[in-house]
Amino acid sequence: MARITRAEVERVALLARLSLSEQEALRFARELDSFLDYMDQLAAIDTRDVGALAQPLVLATPSRGDDPAAAMDPGLVVANAPASAGSAFVVPKVVESEAEG
Amino acid sequence: MSGGIGTLREMREALDSGGASSVEIVRCSLERAEATQPSLHAFVGLRAEAALREARESDARRRRGEVRSPVDGIPIAIKDNIVQAGEPAGCASRMLAGYVSPFTSTAVEGLERAGAIVIGRTNMDEFAMGSSTEHSVAGPTRNPWRVDRTPGGSSGGSAAAVAARIVPAALGSDTGGSIRQPDAFCGVVGIKPTYGRVSRWGLVAFASSLDQIGAFARSAEDCAWLLEAIAGHDARDSTSIPEPAPAFSAALGAGVRGLRLGMPKEYFEHEGAADAVLGSVRDAVAELERAGAQTIEVSLPNTRLAIASYYAIANAEASSNLARFDGVRYGHRTANANGLTEMYCRSRSEGFGAEVKRRILLGTYFLSAGYYDAYYRKAQQVRALLRADFERAFERCDALVAPTTPEVAFRLGEKTADPLTMYLSDIYTVSANLAGLPALSTPCGFADGLPVGLQILARPLDEAMALRVADAFQRITHHHTACPDGFA
Repeated sequence: MARITRAEVERVALLARLSLSEQEALRFARELDSFLDYMDQLAAIDTRDVGALAQPLVLATPSRGDDPAAAMDPGLVVANAPASAGSAFVVPKVVESEAEG
Repeated sequence: MSGGIGTLREMREALDSGGASSVEIVRCSLERAEATQPSLHAFVGLRAEAALREARESDARRRRGEVRSPVDGIPIAIKDNIVQAGEPAGCASRMLAGYVSPFTSTAVEGLERAGAIVIGRTNMDEFAMGSSTEHSVAGPTRNPWRVDRTPGGSSGGSAAAVAARIVPAALGSDTGGSIRQPDAFCGVVGIKPTYGRVSRWGLVAFASSLDQIGAFARSAEDCAWLLEAIAGHDARDSTSIPEPAPAFSAALGAGVRGLRLGMPKEYFEHEGAADAVLGSVRDAVAELERAGAQTIEVSLPNTRLAIASYYAIANAEASSNLARFDGVRYGHRTANANGLTEMYCRSRSEGFGAEVKRRILLGTYFLSAGYYDAYYRKAQQVRALLRADFERAFERCDALVAPTTPEVAFRLGEKTADPLTMYLSDIYTVSANLAGLPALSTPCGFADGLPVGLQILARPLDEAMALRVADAFQRITHHHTACPDGFA
């Protein structure tokens, strides 16, 4: 039975802030399902005593001094923004409704 | 000057002897980039005016006897995900159409300091997610060896530009094989250094524990010179290796006599590998034996799990990294949305292509409540097992030799309908990223008239060994000098 239903794809899409067309949702549901079948081989491996490896760095990361330095010019920072005013980003209304919390 | 651009060494010698100026070489490179666009589409943008200005400055330096490095005055192409101040960096995505970087990546700063000249930005799979350079908003790049084939990916534009003699060298990024696989498909040489060897500052993030910038060229020596310009510690990247980069080119010429090379049996017994590819690689290993290397069989028993581990980790990290594209600070914003959530969702859905959405969805699923341990954590544990496999193998040998890809360049459109089939083609390359190892691909022959790549993997921090073995192979064979028809 399919593990990834269309409803599940839509739940994940909302978490990822993607809105999918009906066609996309159906296609991704099918593709994700077949990919999860492939991923099942991981479940069969005994990893009880194995630590998780988050990154492969071979040398310790040194800390650096907390030294003040010039920041990027605010005009440059907002230069690529779709909408800006002065040195601020302009966004749609943030508080949409009380129900949405 | 006419015809294809020579190797970096040839261009360097021409500059040193006065046989050519940087302006002449850069102009030739730019003209060739323009002329090959209709057939190859290797570039998404050129910076002709700035490149020629920088070439004039390089020539002036040379006249004053102030040559900065072996790459001073040499034209270089960079992948569209490595930023340079004042230049576009589109990651071949609609999301970043029109984006102009306000800062320069550490790798490009290294090129600039060394006097190299960036002539343009190369095509890629969108946000480096792909193995064919077909997932580009600008359309696919084609393989110079046969234009019905892909150049590989995701750095397909950089590999095609070097193979077609447009530039002697290029930069790319490699998260799961995105330098080595296009190298193999296009018959050029390329190296993914140890994780952390080249700063990721200014590389648009895909999967941060795997991403690494590396070099494309036509010989190990040329790669070493380019790597010397871009490697080294950078305090702006907390995963940058806190050691000065060694003089990679100093390791060349030492040969392979006395070296012990391991052949991972799982790579040579892989069911999906083409016989002709394995045959070419075995012939290459025999050449190295004749040159004095000893070969032994080694085992990397968890290899069959590498793709599952890689795609869980890479997609999880991608879903997190690409959350920054919110339509607020940069990137595409939808024209019609009611409120903030809808603005996020629509902007991202309009800005990202299908492959990027697919990976974000998979990665979000793996990181979501109830699935994190089963997929993401499990994949990280398997990653530890894969690294331990390499540690055991390197107790018995100095480097590993293996195929770079299971097959030669596939046809455009051949794998786009089935994403999993495309993912499986990365079986030989993803493990080096998971374990953080340096790995190089060099041409070692042909199958069905298309180039085959020999992959050389070394211990962490030992790029010099991978370069030394490749250099030795290139001194006794001519595969790396083969040129696709019409591009000599």
